[in-house]
Amino acid sequence: MSTAAAAKKQVIKEDAMWLQKELINRNYHEVATAHSEGRKISATFVPGNLNELLMCFDFARRLPETDALQNGMRKKSGKMIMDAERDGHSEDVCTYVKSDLGMMLQGQLGPTGEPMPHPDILLLSYTGCFTFMKWFELVRQKYDCRTVMLHVPYQGDGKINPAMRRYVVNQLKEKVIPALEEVSGVKFDIDRLREYMRESVKAEEDLVAVLQTAKHRPSPIDGYFGAVYYIGPMFTAFRGVPEATRYYSVLREEVEARLREGKGPVTPDGDHPGEKYRLVVEGPPNWTSFRDFWKMFYDEGAVVVASTYSKVGGVYDFGFRHDPEHPLESLADYCLGCYTNLNFPQRIDMICRYMDEYQADGLLINSIKSCNSFSAGQLLILREVEKRTGKPAAFIESDLVDPRYFSAANIKNRLESYFQMIKQKRGVKNEAVAA
Amino acid sequence: MSVNNVVKRCEALFEDLDFNAVKRWKAAAPGRKAIGYMPIYVPREIVHAAGMLPVGIFGGGDQMEVIQGDAYYQSYICRIPRSTVELGLTGKLDCLDGMLFPSICDVIRNLSGMWQIMFKDKYVKYFDLPQNYDDATGGSFYIHEMRTLRDDLAALGGADITDEKLKASIAVYNENRKAVRDLYAYRAQKPWQAPTSEVYLVLRAGGVLPPEDHTNLIREYLVEADREKRPQRDNARVVLTGSFCEQPPLGLIKSIEMAGCYVVDDDFQLCQSWLLDDVPTTGDPLEELSKAFLHRSTQTASKYDDRKEDKGKHLLRQVKTRGAEGVIFAAASFCDPALLERPMLQEILAKHKIPYTAFKFAENTGQMAPIREQAGTFADSIKLWSAA
Repeated sequence: MSTAAAAKKQVIKEDAMWLQKELINRNYHEVATAHSEGRKISATFVPGNLNELLMCFDFARRLPETDALQNGMRKKSGKMIMDAERDGHSEDVCTYVKSDLGMMLQGQLGPTGEPMPHPDILLLSYTGCFTFMKWFELVRQKYDCRTVMLHVPYQGDGKINPAMRRYVVNQLKEKVIPALEEVSGVKFDIDRLREYMRESVKAEEDLVAVLQTAKHRPSPIDGYFGAVYYIGPMFTAFRGVPEATRYYSVLREEVEARLREGKGPVTPDGDHPGEKYRLVVEGPPNWTSFRDFWKMFYDEGAVVVASTYSKVGGVYDFGFRHDPEHPLESLADYCLGCYTNLNFPQRIDMICRYMDEYQADGLLINSIKSCNSFSAGQLLILREVEKRTGKPAAFIESDLVDPRYFSAANIKNRLESYFQMIKQKRGVKNEAVAA
Repeated sequence: MSVNNVVKRCEALFEDLDFNAVKRWKAAAPGRKAIGYMPIYVPREIVHAAGMLPVGIFGGGDQMEVIQGDAYYQSYICRIPRSTVELGLTGKLDCLDGMLFPSICDVIRNLSGMWQIMFKDKYVKYFDLPQNYDDATGGSFYIHEMRTLRDDLAALGGADITDEKLKASIAVYNENRKAVRDLYAYRAQKPWQAPTSEVYLVLRAGGVLPPEDHTNLIREYLVEADREKRPQRDNARVVLTGSFCEQPPLGLIKSIEMAGCYVVDDDFQLCQSWLLDDVPTTGDPLEELSKAFLHRSTQTASKYDDRKEDKGKHLLRQVKTRGAEGVIFAAASFCDPALLERPMLQEILAKHKIPYTAFKFAENTGQMAPIREQAGTFADSIKLWSAA
């Protein structure tokens, strides 16, 4: 056995992680074989992902963002990005987009090595990210895919007003559903949508329960590195699917067992070595060096207790659930409420609330070059959160799937300094209490 | 007033980052208010009907040193938000009573929330423009957005904004848009008489002057420019596109012209030419503004193209109607909309065998030699091709 293979075998995974891996691989296979089995393929985005609706039309479902991150984790995205840049795409723009376009240029093989056929419809759910619009326009231009826009207004005033909800619902009724019917040849059945939503609610309850276990000390989960696995089924092609409900039920049982046993999170190297620092993280992770990045935290005893990225495909922890009794309005509220569709004061309030409720020692911002939706203005978030909580915040920079923008030494140095700063602050606080 | 004097006046307005013209306008009558707006498009008619002055905020240009603004942004964010923050933090925008942030991109969207936090005593609105162009759907939403703005400004100004006031303001802006269209048509016809370095300054004056004054200024410039006898050169006629938000330095526009290009169309000041024809002054004013936006407005990267075949139509129309021989893509560095749009437009131009070149700039770009060289080579190649 080669050293690499041995190392691969030693990666520790929870049972739920294996279940999820099965789900993902099965979905890639469904996409690969969809056309030969007479099924149509949809593509849409993680924020504002209308999975229950798409299932009503029997689509095999692709999410180009997760294709990109899967390619990133498998170290394939670097070449894809460079291919897209050689094809005329600017070095300044989102690397998810370039990874997706590069994957197509390389011959349409998906992350698992199976074929990745062109989608039959691009559901442009334009929620919280301007780049989505251009991304699907680019795909449409190149591959002539049918595109349907769902414009989700931004919460500029920090609230959802009835006109915003009405606008989204009208688009669903007048544009989106007719287009999905036309492409799929399946008539829309609102009761089928309700049924999927009932399934979603169960999974949403379990996901929230899992994420909120991090309020305990020690936290049995990592709310960022671990949470990206936990949110996987919910945010992608599986919300509303009974297997996903089972996944969340198993996950909850596992996590609650760890909580009862006073255990920390599971890391790729086994049990967490012991919780020394509790952090809130803002911003998406880097995918190309995901494990190395995570290791920098658990090696130092850091646990992320809450993160904003784990809310990018839906904010459930403040009470929102899909509502089978008002399915279209509920889809609208879901889209309107995704994290990057919140305005800055809302985002800052949310982070401060996490800092308090999860008893965090500080805030870490991972600023992603590709993602202006998250990143533009994060330095103000840092200042405001420090001002309001009195806890230290730190700032690192990386990228989603461009390996050229992950400087391990630099990030490690910054993290180590940050942990020292937290330690010093704690020392000062303890001295003050003693005095 | 000679053309030089008109241009000098515009240049003084352009260079005045203290917005003294706005301050003078406010001081001329008690209780006057001014509302800033970021690039691309807001319905300025509503601000005008409130008796307020709409003020275009296009960053700090190349004259302002950005110190505080840089502390709010990473190196990979474009420059306009950082220089706008600098303008705000240094008190240069104190004369504004509010700011409107239209839906341009994620950076400007986020800036709206930052502004709410940093300038708590000001009126701030993120102004969401519809990406659905059906009257009953996108139109209803857009009318609601405009009605909210109307109610907010009425509350801020302490006076109702009646339909009659709105219709009168629409008429004022119809005149202004007509003048802008005439200016563009004149430049395309005689670019040697109305160089873009001047036309640009005349347009920028529209960001700080009341629309009535700006219309007069354009008319005056057209008369005076036509009186001048200026040499006609064998320059390449180009459309410049991609500079709809962060603005290139004036020196960059001059460099392109000096390199042998006549810029016969551009997208520098989209707000002034966004609506392609007159908005009717009969009927419900907000409905008419909505219809104009949904059905008779220009294309740009921030606006969704509903159908694949619509992509690039406006650019092709610009090339055709202005008699352009090529296109220069001039996008601000890190400008997502312009840079993501560019490959699609380039593909369309290539299909139509229209030559193009592309570069990036920042509003404070100082080194013009590479741009001059690139534009010059492009102009030469056009002339060589057209001679062949």
